[in-house]
Amino acid sequence: MDAKRELFQKLQQDILLWQGFKPMTSGKAERIGLGEIEDAFPGGVFPKKAIHEFITVLPEHSAASDGFIAGLLAVLMENGAACVWASTSRRLYPASLGLFNVEAERIIFMDVRTEKDVLWITEEALKCEGLAAVVAEVNNLSLIESRRLQLAVESSGVTGFILRKDENKTASTVATARWRISPLPSQAEDGMPGLGFPRWQVELLKVRNGNPGNFVLEWAGERFEEVKKLKKENVWSEMEGRQIG
Amino acid sequence: MQRRFVSIWFRQLLADWQLIRRPELSGVPFVFAAPDHGRMMITAVSELAQGFGVEVGMRAADAKAICPGLEVLDDKPERPKKLLKGLGEWCVRYSPIVAIDEFAMDGLILEATGCSHLWGGERGYLKEIVSRLKSKGYTVRVAIADNPGAAWAVSHFGKITPLIPVGEHVDALLNLVPDALRLDDTTLAKLRKLGFYQIKSFIGMPRSVLRRRFGEDFLLRLAQAIGTEIEVLSPLQVPVQFSERLACLEPIKTRNGIEIAIHKLLENLCKRMQAEGKGLRFGVLTCYRIDGKVVQVDIGTSGASHNISHLLKLFQLKIDQIRPALGIELFVLEAPKVDDVEVPQEEMWTSKPGLDDQSVIKLLDRVAGKVGLQVIHRYLPAKRYWPERAILKAASVTEKPNAPWRLDKPRPTELLKTPVAIEVMAIIPDHPPKFFIYKGVRHTVTKADGPERIEREWWLDQGEHRDYYQVEDEQGGRYWLFRSGHYGGENKYKWFIHGFFA
Repeated sequence: MDAKRELFQKLQQDILLWQGFKPMTSGKAERIGLGEIEDAFPGGVFPKKAIHEFITVLPEHSAASDGFIAGLLAVLMENGAACVWASTSRRLYPASLGLFNVEAERIIFMDVRTEKDVLWITEEALKCEGLAAVVAEVNNLSLIESRRLQLAVESSGVTGFILRKDENKTASTVATARWRISPLPSQAEDGMPGLGFPRWQVELLKVRNGNPGNFVLEWAGERFEEVKKLKKENVWSEMEGRQIG
Repeated sequence: MQRRFVSIWFRQLLADWQLIRRPELSGVPFVFAAPDHGRMMITAVSELAQGFGVEVGMRAADAKAICPGLEVLDDKPERPKKLLKGLGEWCVRYSPIVAIDEFAMDGLILEATGCSHLWGGERGYLKEIVSRLKSKGYTVRVAIADNPGAAWAVSHFGKITPLIPVGEHVDALLNLVPDALRLDDTTLAKLRKLGFYQIKSFIGMPRSVLRRRFGEDFLLRLAQAIGTEIEVLSPLQVPVQFSERLACLEPIKTRNGIEIAIHKLLENLCKRMQAEGKGLRFGVLTCYRIDGKVVQVDIGTSGASHNISHLLKLFQLKIDQIRPALGIELFVLEAPKVDDVEVPQEEMWTSKPGLDDQSVIKLLDRVAGKVGLQVIHRYLPAKRYWPERAILKAASVTEKPNAPWRLDKPRPTELLKTPVAIEVMAIIPDHPPKFFIYKGVRHTVTKADGPERIEREWWLDQGEHRDYYQVEDEQGGRYWLFRSGHYGGENKYKWFIHGFFA
């Protein structure tokens, strides 16, 4: 009986490895700076060799997703590697990426006309081992397309981020994780007026072999910081003697 | 090696061509005429008509009077050039550099340096040219000399021998008429008036004297004939240094076959390029089909490369565009643009990833080949404040930014291409709005930062400055709004939304 269980465990480990999850190495784990969220993934490691799907419908959501991805890119591109950003209707403003510690000149933007070209470029780029990550903005992603992308990722180890603009949350894709990032009201330090650090509701809607969850996260200048409990908000318009600037 | 040039003069280019086309005209005197100032002027005369005294520059009506039964044919202005181009392309068999004689438009000039030994010396070379053209139906006069000017002079006016040995072209010119120098009519008339009937009578004169009387152009022509001035020919076909041909026994129709052909061509081409340390930047594959049509595809690379598998991949993306129809019998691969290839030093440990990573460059080449180079953008910081101009498109993949990205001012992660007008309600002047309506949705502002005033670059465009506010609504959405112009200024101010913060 034990032998059988061991065999099962071994097979499970193998499958995880094929799907892009690195087993936890004893002692030092590769962290990407997401804190508790990383524990939602099997083995407690953010899968780099995988496709991550982001659902963005409203422009506010896509701006928040851009910020979240930029925060991840800062870690992924640390070694000097480049990144490809493919889209048909890109609105990302490169000058803002510096706030997320990303060197925007290392991002290669490919602004094409058709969705088909975006998918072709994404697949080719995901096969390219010299890249750190590939970000693609698409309207929707079918099962077959996502499987092709996943296969490309598995051989090269490039992280793929797909920004999906359709609302179909149940669409079946083989993406390892499905996220939804929505903005939350920010909190300035100690009742100061104005805006605080960008704060997001990070919903991990689906994780393969992991535990989906709901988190509140802030980009605290140069790293992600988890917000444990929400303090009472100061509403700017109700504050006495408010000052702007 | 002493350079040698051959001048071929088609004495009756149009008449010969007409006789080849219409042999029935062989017994009939005919001329070509073109309208000029309301009358028909003769532009070319057949040999038979010449016997009657008909000359170029006569009126067609006069010619008809002296020569009964004269056939007058219409001339087209571009026809000689077209004919010469065709003949020139045929003459590429004698020399890779063939140019049209631009002065008289009735001949060709070949650079014969290092070509004549293939026909057993210069005599055999000239004989071959004359006899081959004659068998086609063209009567020609040829001459070979050290420079195009002398060859032209001897071919048109030489009476002794067409073969001018090396270094003796000046002697050959001495006894010729000044017309042999390719001069315009007014200069020739002046020379004749002064009694200069032969080149030797003025060739020894001081340059300053000649310049004063006949102008700079005259001196240039003289220098070109003597050989002190080098005349640059513009060849009909510019030879490509790196090119490979592959002729097929059986016409090729399948994708596989084309791929094998490209692979073979690339193997040879890359071997040659590698030996010379060059890499392909632009390549053209020309496929000659058996039905006489020619199909071409081209590829470009962002960095010089002689990597067979990479170049083959680029061509594979283009194979769909090749229509073999009944089959392709000849493939020609040319590399019109090559560059020195940078040999990367082999990294001892792991190579450092980055923009100049080989796999990234190959990816860019593939994308450029399939979708086009214009879709690939990279941005560098520009030292400007106006948001639309604060980023600069990088010219090349490896261009480095010359300034760091600015971090002191907040910039939205998503910027709208053009600001969108919004409706706002602001109570206090110069303060952020209480709420704004964008796309029909009302957003109540709870927090705001600003304003940040950005002035227009007045040396580029006119208009109002912008006061930017960073605002947050109740749901947590963060926006970049601006007011264009002063609050309560003379012109009507307006509010816009320009971006979304993360």
